[in-house]
Amino acid sequence: MTVMTYRQALHDTLRAELQRDESVILLGEEIGVFEGSYKITAGLLTEFGPARVRDTPIAEEGFVGAAIGAAMLGMRPVVEIMTINFSLLAIDQLVNHAAKMHAMFGGQVSVPLVIRTPGGGGQQLAATHSQNLEVWYAHVPGMKVVAPATPADAKALLTAAIRDDDPVLFLENLALYNTKGEVPDTEQLGRIGSAAVVRPGRDLTVVSYSRGVVIALEVANQLERDGVSIEVVDLRSLRPLDRETVCASVRKSSRAVVLEDDWLSFGVGAEIAATVQEGAFDYLDAPVRRVAAAEIPLPYAKPLERAALPSAADLIRVIGELLDATRFTHAEGGS
Amino acid sequence: MSEHVVAVQPEPDMIQLLTPEGQRVDHPDYPLGLSDEDIAGLYRDLVLVRRIDTEAIALQRQGELGLWASLLGQEAAQIGAGRALRPHDMAFPTYREHGVAWCRGVDPLTLLGLFRGTNLGGWSPSEHNFNLYTIVIGAQTLHATGYAMGVVRDGAVGTGDPDRDTAVLAFFGDGASSQGDVNEAFVWAAAGNLPIVFLCQNNQWAISEPVERQSRVPLYQRSAGFGFPGMRVDGNDVLASYAVTRRALDDARNAQGPTLIEAFTYRMNPHTTNDDPRRYRLGSELETWKLRDPIERVRAYLSREAGYGSDYFAAIEDESKKLAEHVRAGCRALPDPTPQSLFDSVYVTMPAELRAQRDEFVEFVGSLEEASA
Ligand SMILES: Cc1ncc(C[n+]2csc(CCOP(=O)(O)OP(=O)(O)O)c2C)c(N)n1
Repeated sequence: MTVMTYRQALHDTLRAELQRDESVILLGEEIGVFEGSYKITAGLLTEFGPARVRDTPIAEEGFVGAAIGAAMLGMRPVVEIMTINFSLLAIDQLVNHAAKMHAMFGGQVSVPLVIRTPGGGGQQLAATHSQNLEVWYAHVPGMKVVAPATPADAKALLTAAIRDDDPVLFLENLALYNTKGEVPDTEQLGRIGSAAVVRPGRDLTVVSYSRGVVIALEVANQLERDGVSIEVVDLRSLRPLDRETVCASVRKSSRAVVLEDDWLSFGVGAEIAATVQEGAFDYLDAPVRRVAAAEIPLPYAKPLERAALPSAADLIRVIGELLDATRFTHAEGGS
Repeated sequence: MSEHVVAVQPEPDMIQLLTPEGQRVDHPDYPLGLSDEDIAGLYRDLVLVRRIDTEAIALQRQGELGLWASLLGQEAAQIGAGRALRPHDMAFPTYREHGVAWCRGVDPLTLLGLFRGTNLGGWSPSEHNFNLYTIVIGAQTLHATGYAMGVVRDGAVGTGDPDRDTAVLAFFGDGASSQGDVNEAFVWAAAGNLPIVFLCQNNQWAISEPVERQSRVPLYQRSAGFGFPGMRVDGNDVLASYAVTRRALDDARNAQGPTLIEAFTYRMNPHTTNDDPRRYRLGSELETWKLRDPIERVRAYLSREAGYGSDYFAAIEDESKKLAEHVRAGCRALPDPTPQSLFDSVYVTMPAELRAQRDEFVEFVGSLEEASA
């Protein structure tokens, strides 16, 4: 085990995969000479050369489309899109082409493509640069969407994404790059589509992914001191979605809150709420609650941005309401 | 720096009316037609917008602005183009056209409010005929194209009436020239013979990427394949930038269709206050471009050829200081937006669902404030 940042885990994994497999190539805006807007690709151009680490023109649709073509012929392109917001310029290539080719070409062609891109707000980058658009891709059959919250999962899931034969959107988050955690030194091949109970608890389940998991854990630790035992489920993958791990947790705790950085409507919270009512309805003591961002273009002013994004305080408030509504007592908590 | 590429050299056919040394030169296709007084006015514009820029950078360092995208080095391209516009023409900027904003009568404080986060949009685009800033690069060239279609529909092209005929000016950068949006705008503008001028400020860099990453041919040559003229102007020469843009806008108004202008210039400061260019470009490049400074050459011309003396320059300096004070004090006094204002402009008519969210949000924010009081 080595303690390292999320950024370092991504960097080391890219490097290991470039070393392991000649067909792995990296593409993106300023990933080479500049070493990436967030320095994930530091040193890789020098080590692997411009044939394998490519600076592209500022044309997202162009380089995503070209990466799809390369993937069809057996390359394993890993594309960095500066932020998920700019993936919108390439969405036709992703949704209409990458996600559909295997099916529409009768299984004769596969697209082993990875799109690495950070999402999320909180960095004062204003409305067009602060979105969480991962559900757009999670909605599409043929795409896979993974969203690790820890450096260890970043390593395991990036390895899995690069070796996967289908297109994978690999969601990163600006607020996670500097977070630290233990990462196993040996090769880790994660399983795409498995959630994890990252903190066991009895009284209530908080379901989240990516940066939300960090907040959920913080809140769980805080409420522990008040005698409330919270279980945190990290989805890790949005498609495929590990519904069973979520339902098993709720069958145990009988209360569920979904925390997402995204807007409320039509989001991950809605999908999880439906999943829980299908798979654990009889165990629920109260309706599933959702904590999400205000449904507005994210403001640029710092205090307003902070107010619009879901916070630990929002989560604590909703957990409190849910516990009150179900007449939670500490005796129950202790039983 | 391992793969550093030297910036494209200016083409021999780059249009210049004022040399870096301040010598006036004539160009057969671009008669200047400005008096020395007019040129002195352009000098004033250049000095004042540079001052706004300098103050904004300082304010950002002091934590008064979230971010600033500096125009240093690009003043001439922007003032030349901005002054070539007629009041009823419409301009579509990127996020760096503070000089054009100045020419369109946008109060610098309104501009700063955008970067401070105190106003959500600031100026009225229809009042100033200057669109709001667009940050997703290239998108505004299509909006400008659509606006130009509207101009044609209104019959405000080629009537010969200078108060009626309207042109559209779309700004973009060398990096944006690779975007599909920009190329599709070219297609539309050409197919519809639209009254639009595309003005690419080639400042040599798209954050860390040199222009060679975007193009094998000089950017102005791109228009040929789309079927409209393109030319390269010395973007550090305010006179040439003015004359070339004026001519292209005239052509647009006279139903001669689109033009692409490449203003060859240099971004002397970091991409934004978040950037550190030492990581990707050589300091010697900046030294070369300092010799082509857009302001110095006008000053040299005015003092050597037009008889402007120290009084004139001192008066401008004085005005610049006052403007700086206005910007500094005014910026700090800009009122903070209220939390509920977040919700106010999401829709023209707020749906009930959003109103309920707003009320809940305001109540929650209020309870937090009470708790912390
Ligand atoms: C579609 C899109 N992709 C990427 C970015 C990130 N980005 C912001 S500015 C910029 C470079 C733009 O360079 P250029 O067009 O030359 O304009 P300049 O900033 O030099 O004025 C990039 C890549 C963006 N804003 N929009």
